[in-house]
Amino acid sequence: MDVQRKLEILADAAKYDASCASSGTERRDSSDGKGMGSTAPGMGICHSYAPDGRCISLLKVLLTNACNYDCLYCVNRASSNVPRARFTIDEVVKLTLDFYRRNYIEGLFLSSGIIRSPDYTMEQVVSVARKLREEHHFRGYIHLKTIPEADDALIAEAGKYADRLSINIEMPQETSLQQFAPEKDVRAIRRTMGRLRLKLDEAEENRATKTKAKPQRFAPAGQSTQMIVGADSASDHTILHTSANLYGAYRLRRVYYSAFSPIPDASRALPLVQPPLLREHRLYQADWLMRFYGFDVGEIVDDSAMLPLEIDPKLAWALRHRDRFPLDVNRASREELLRVPGFGTRTVERIIATRRTTTIRLADLARLHVPRNKALPFIVLSDPRPPPPRLDEARLVERFKPKATQLGFGF
Amino acid sequence: MQYITLDTETDFDGWRKAARSLVLHHVPPSDVTWTVKGGEADLFAPQAPSPMLEVNEGTFNVSGKFVELAQAAILHRDPQRFAILYRLLFRLKDNHDLIEVATDPDVAQVTAMARAVHRDEHKMHAFVRFREIGRERQAHYVAWFEPEHHIVELAAPFFAKRFADMPWSILTPDLCAHWDGHALSFTSGVSRREAPSEDRLEETWRRYYASIFNPARLKVKAMQAEMPKKYWRNLPEASIIKPLIEDAERMTGAMIANAATDPHKPQKRPEAPMKRKTAADDLETLREEAAHCRACHLYKDATQTVFGEGPKNANIMLVGEQPGDKEDLAGHPFVGPAGQMLDRALEEAGVDRKKVYVTNAVKHFKFVPRGKIRLHQKPNTPEIRACRQWYEREVSAIQPELIVAMGATAAQSVFGKITPIGKTRGRLIDLPDGRKALVTVHPSYLLRLPDPEAKVLEYQRFVEDLKIAAGLQRKAAHAA
Repeated sequence: MDVQRKLEILADAAKYDASCASSGTERRDSSDGKGMGSTAPGMGICHSYAPDGRCISLLKVLLTNACNYDCLYCVNRASSNVPRARFTIDEVVKLTLDFYRRNYIEGLFLSSGIIRSPDYTMEQVVSVARKLREEHHFRGYIHLKTIPEADDALIAEAGKYADRLSINIEMPQETSLQQFAPEKDVRAIRRTMGRLRLKLDEAEENRATKTKAKPQRFAPAGQSTQMIVGADSASDHTILHTSANLYGAYRLRRVYYSAFSPIPDASRALPLVQPPLLREHRLYQADWLMRFYGFDVGEIVDDSAMLPLEIDPKLAWALRHRDRFPLDVNRASREELLRVPGFGTRTVERIIATRRTTTIRLADLARLHVPRNKALPFIVLSDPRPPPPRLDEARLVERFKPKATQLGFGF
Repeated sequence: MQYITLDTETDFDGWRKAARSLVLHHVPPSDVTWTVKGGEADLFAPQAPSPMLEVNEGTFNVSGKFVELAQAAILHRDPQRFAILYRLLFRLKDNHDLIEVATDPDVAQVTAMARAVHRDEHKMHAFVRFREIGRERQAHYVAWFEPEHHIVELAAPFFAKRFADMPWSILTPDLCAHWDGHALSFTSGVSRREAPSEDRLEETWRRYYASIFNPARLKVKAMQAEMPKKYWRNLPEASIIKPLIEDAERMTGAMIANAATDPHKPQKRPEAPMKRKTAADDLETLREEAAHCRACHLYKDATQTVFGEGPKNANIMLVGEQPGDKEDLAGHPFVGPAGQMLDRALEEAGVDRKKVYVTNAVKHFKFVPRGKIRLHQKPNTPEIRACRQWYEREVSAIQPELIVAMGATAAQSVFGKITPIGKTRGRLIDLPDGRKALVTVHPSYLLRLPDPEAKVLEYQRFVEDLKIAAGLQRKAAHAA
């Protein structure tokens, strides 16, 4: 089988993994003339976008899509009839370097089906990274998938070469993992995440204390995970509760939500419908509220266990707490402003800087890039007239719902 | 009217010099016309530009934020940018804080321009596609790009640092950047025809692009928001976007229609039996069994069961309250700050840590998540009771002579009922099964004491309590 055909099979097998970011690592470049590559500090670079709206920043492939496990939701499960392929270590290394040289990608995201044993598989995955870093002095981004219960020494080595390590929790609740992936053990996944966090903490402490010896490097972009949404019956409340727990326990940089989408040769036990993309989107918004806006899980999904689909979770929260509004934009605290629908973290920063010298009026909203329709019912500005829509209006929510349209793909 | 002519479209230094002298001469923005050498001539411009005004004595300061914004905004393609920047500078001279007023029209406009420039720079970093000329080793990599703004000089250093080991050129209609492996250089713009039209890897790249795309989640608008069509004509993968979209619905439909394979019979992972064994417990079997414990709900959010550790023939068993954050992650008891405190106290009291069995009354970490930390929570009576079976079975497996209960939770487990520490602390108590018990505080209590004096005092008391255990350990060693 030629490399191109392998690439088709092994990229196809990797596309259900949502995590593809290339951000948050240390700054590196190759200006010393040895090797190639660099990492952008802060935000990552997306080199392309697929028509599914997702960015392509890394060469995202599996080393092999052969797998011992038979997880129902997975296209690569042992009982699936998809064609199988396996890259050699050198083939992945060469593809990564060739693509990188042409500026198609930021680096490599390597995962693998589990073959022979967790240690054997992890060793193969680590070998690719080792070769890229040590033989080719590749300075680009590397994200490796950690195999649960792989040997500690292999995990340490993975962290030495990789920018980010991840291990997928797969299902938001333990019972669904037992049902869909009987060979996977959520305890083993958590134990591995716990070990990763201890190593990440250790590396951070070493960086903080100044010593002559160069501190042992360990995955500077941290760890992340992915949860499949819509394959089991877990509610949004369960999902977000699991996320909050994962963020708190393992200091994950990101939890990715992946709407379960039909896969070729799928199992009958799963819902083969259009993936719940809007639900996935709302979960990301809710996740954002937890991480950057000071919201608690319990506040986001209050009385119902599901996030509303037609409006975003912050707006939904505001509509449930009308007694806290309207807020005076020229007086409210940062924490309060962060709770106004349509106000982002940057908007709030700009409002606070601006109002030190001047008052903010209705006409200024556009310059602050605030969506008027969304924010206006919840705020008071220094203009004499109160804003037109009334907070006690029972039909206020109708204002925000999208107009009914014909279903279809816009292009 | 002052007519200022700048050397190039991106001549920030020239603009800065002229603007400074204009401001110092109090020339109002409406009296200045800005042009670029060789650019579209201003209809009303005189044949020769105004002579540069002499700079008076004196200077003025503007915030670094303005300079930063201006350096970016001047790369915008809007011909009005020099005038807008000068207008803002003129106003800033007497009103320094103006730059923070996001609602000011001039500030908003300059900020928007700077943002557009940075976005274009970011897109250039992402969407440049090199094509190989000649084969590796001696290969030269050439790209064609059409930036929206004057960003070539701004964006080029990024490529020099990234592709330091290969010679490359980025050709654009405005300006071309070249890297020879050592230094950056710039030449004037060229036409698209000068650039190579293909690369041997492009077919492979397109195959990858097609395979990584999931046809079941078509979101064309989201793609276009990030990768506007204006960039498509220079992206090799763009040629297959339309066919991929057109085929997506058919492919998804086919996947749904062909959903016919029978799932394998799920092979259940053997669950450890939860019922109590009657035979004497082997420690390893116990540990394995406890790893699957679901006697209370605490297992749900905890990472793992943190079971006791130590030699099987230990004659002293230390019982703590419950694992903390670090113990939960590591899977070992007393490895966090309280564990370090315990180790120190044991050593000072003369207890050999290696000969002691250490465990907790409750074996899962109980906490509430608070953002990025997990706040420790005290286990309640049902949880302590649910976990007590493990403690009892550990006792029967180890057969210790002395059990040291550290803290109220531990005491509750050891005595089987709520037992205040104050009354029982620091003396040997007979247990119904003939063993001795000793009650003391938990080391994390010492960590929490705010008063340094009390801390020292309480620590001493703790060591004294442990000395009782040390005496017993010595006696046992003697007897053996």
